[in-house]
Amino acid sequence: MSDQASPETPKAPSRSSSTLSSWRASYRRYRNEHKWLGWGIPLAVVFLAFSYPWWGLEGPLAFVFNDGLGIDSDTLFNMSVYVMLALGLNVVVGYAGLLDLGYVAFFALGAYTLGWFGSGLFTNLDWHFLDTNASRLPGIHLSFWVVVLLAGAICALAGVLIGWPTLRLRGDYLAIVTLGFGEIIPDVFRNGDDIAGHNLTNGVRGLTLLDRPGFGERIHDASGGILPVRYTSLELRPWYFTVLAMMLITIFVNLRLRDSKMGRAWIAVREDEIAASAMGVPLMRTKLWAYAIGAIFGGFAGAVYGSFINGIFPTSFSFQISVIVLVMVIVGGMGNIWGVIAGAMLISWLNFRGLDKIGAWISDVPGVSNDFSIAKYKFGIFGALLVIMMLFRPEGLIPSTRRKAEFAEGEGQATLYDARA
Amino acid sequence: MATAETASRPSFERRLPISQILLWVAGAVLAALIGYWLIKNAVESPDRFLEVTLIGITNGSIYALVALGYTLVYGIIELINFAHGDNFMLGTFQTNGIVNDGSFQIPLFPTSFVLALPLGTAATASSSSGQKIYTILMCLFFSMLFCMVINVSIERIGYKPLRNQPRLVPLITAIGFSFILQDVGLVWKDAGPQPLPNILPTGNIFHWRGATYGWNDFIVIAVTIPLLIALSYLVRSTRSGKAMRATAQDMDASSMMGINVDRTISFTFALGGALAGAAGAIYALYIGTSKFDLGFRLGLFAFTAAVLGGIGNLSGAVLGGVVLGLIQAYTEGFWDARWTTTVIFSVLIAILVFRPSGLLGEQVPEGQ
Repeated sequence: MSDQASPETPKAPSRSSSTLSSWRASYRRYRNEHKWLGWGIPLAVVFLAFSYPWWGLEGPLAFVFNDGLGIDSDTLFNMSVYVMLALGLNVVVGYAGLLDLGYVAFFALGAYTLGWFGSGLFTNLDWHFLDTNASRLPGIHLSFWVVVLLAGAICALAGVLIGWPTLRLRGDYLAIVTLGFGEIIPDVFRNGDDIAGHNLTNGVRGLTLLDRPGFGERIHDASGGILPVRYTSLELRPWYFTVLAMMLITIFVNLRLRDSKMGRAWIAVREDEIAASAMGVPLMRTKLWAYAIGAIFGGFAGAVYGSFINGIFPTSFSFQISVIVLVMVIVGGMGNIWGVIAGAMLISWLNFRGLDKIGAWISDVPGVSNDFSIAKYKFGIFGALLVIMMLFRPEGLIPSTRRKAEFAEGEGQATLYDARA
Repeated sequence: MATAETASRPSFERRLPISQILLWVAGAVLAALIGYWLIKNAVESPDRFLEVTLIGITNGSIYALVALGYTLVYGIIELINFAHGDNFMLGTFQTNGIVNDGSFQIPLFPTSFVLALPLGTAATASSSSGQKIYTILMCLFFSMLFCMVINVSIERIGYKPLRNQPRLVPLITAIGFSFILQDVGLVWKDAGPQPLPNILPTGNIFHWRGATYGWNDFIVIAVTIPLLIALSYLVRSTRSGKAMRATAQDMDASSMMGINVDRTISFTFALGGALAGAAGAIYALYIGTSKFDLGFRLGLFAFTAAVLGGIGNLSGAVLGGVVLGLIQAYTEGFWDARWTTTVIFSVLIAILVFRPSGLLGEQVPEGQ
């Protein structure tokens, strides 16, 4: 371990002369002179996000956002879910510095929690708790909001169970172990239709007819008809507002966690495990917390996503999702919430709509054949993004100052991951 | 590795914690159950057991070839080369082109155009045996060359500039390259399975009750073992092999001793790539089909084999490959093929958690 700069004064990074950094610096200066920007800008962004259906989906700017960029209700929802996923992974990868290549496992577990507690899978049971279905269906049907919390709890538990034996491993071994779990868990769901004769997951046929969120008659009436009795697949705005609210909670928790004692412990562990341990940071407990909290957000996102898609299939939880979420965190800037959100929005837009749109634009260029298909290049584009980011800007587009200093330091970290608790 | 150290130190009393003892007991019980299950199957249907074992060894030797690429690279720069499995997949595609189209092909990646060098190697199941032998040899040679060039270029473009970065940076780069290579395969051939005719000799070497062992199974072993002997000779007895072992031991010191570290690392990647290419050729000829996303799963299985044997340890990779092939064969033969992935990744996790040094231990610095 070579000498490192003290964390209070990160070394000036060597590659700080990019345009983006200088913009950031001048923005910082401007913000320091105008204090109200500190809460004004986030408030404006939240307002813009909530009012998007009125200015982006339809209304004055629809021709740019809805028609031009293809951000319709579906895409919008998917983007928001991926922002949540990326923020969850950011706790693990960005804050605590643990490379998790199996994050999709928690996404899947969250979705399947909804399948267990909010569908007709267990037909011979008849458990109901505040569910908002129109008629009394067989199976377990808990209120959607309870299921979301349950999904978070189950994922946290799974995170602890997975993390407890594995988090003592070195960085790259940990990556492999998490990848292994990311493959095992969907595989178990795939084969779960016959575990000792019990059908626990309905196997490859997947789960359909899932419960939808809703508030029930009483709250619907009490709120003057604003809060819907139950969400439908026709009216997509409530879905968007719900996931946006969950996203805001995620952002808030992320921010508060970063500045908490735990958050500082994560950063200390990330920067130098041995030094952190010598200073009295309990390594295992700190890492386990990071892993469990990251898992909670994965579970939330999974439950909402499953309900929106109204179908959970083991094939939809592949390694590619883990990597795409990782790309979001890396492209945006590990450890910086705003960077991660921007990265997640950009990459998920590219993933769901953008690449198709770009492909269509390219096909329209005269001289390009009509059968040009950009979908074929999806893997290559995301792979190339990873490689290019790692080669030229490993700290991400909008990095956290601290993370940037770490990368600029380079060699001092080479042995960081050799420590085994 | 830790146990060996502590055992040789006499003065300290070792006290095993309860959890450690429980773990060992659980492991022993599990091993006994698996042993009982295997023996029971062997006694019930010995011919089937023999057949499954032979399949396991044949598949295992392919895993061993791929695993060697992981272990060579890990031994020297401690990087899990995620792109290796996809490189292997490109080797199967190259072989496919050589057999089906009779030409060595270079995909001009972002476009779907292919530069083809005719070799006159197109063969079908009904070709003459001379033609078949020529085709098989060309498959091996060009597939090895192709994967070698890819592996070395990836190292030069992607890993070399990042050698001093935190370890996760090149690891993420490797994942990126894995995706890019997958895309190269997808654009080059199509998304569906790519079949090729069986040009390996048919017929059985021996036949015992229900169990058969064919010439095609034998060819897999017959190609693998000379390659392993050649590799072993290269690493043990040549100057480049010595340089490789020295670099693995201490990069700075070996560069001070006049070893060209960059070239040595490239040489290691070339060796790994060539083995992946050979494995790709054998796989395509033996299995008779391949697919663009084959490399990810198979690469991870091979990586598991490398970890199982002790990553960085060459004989360990071979042993791990064979053991993994057997695990897969027994799972598929006597239990349920649906659970293969789960079983193999559980083995990977169990090894990493309980014995990260693998079966043969971590002998990274000394080569083998």
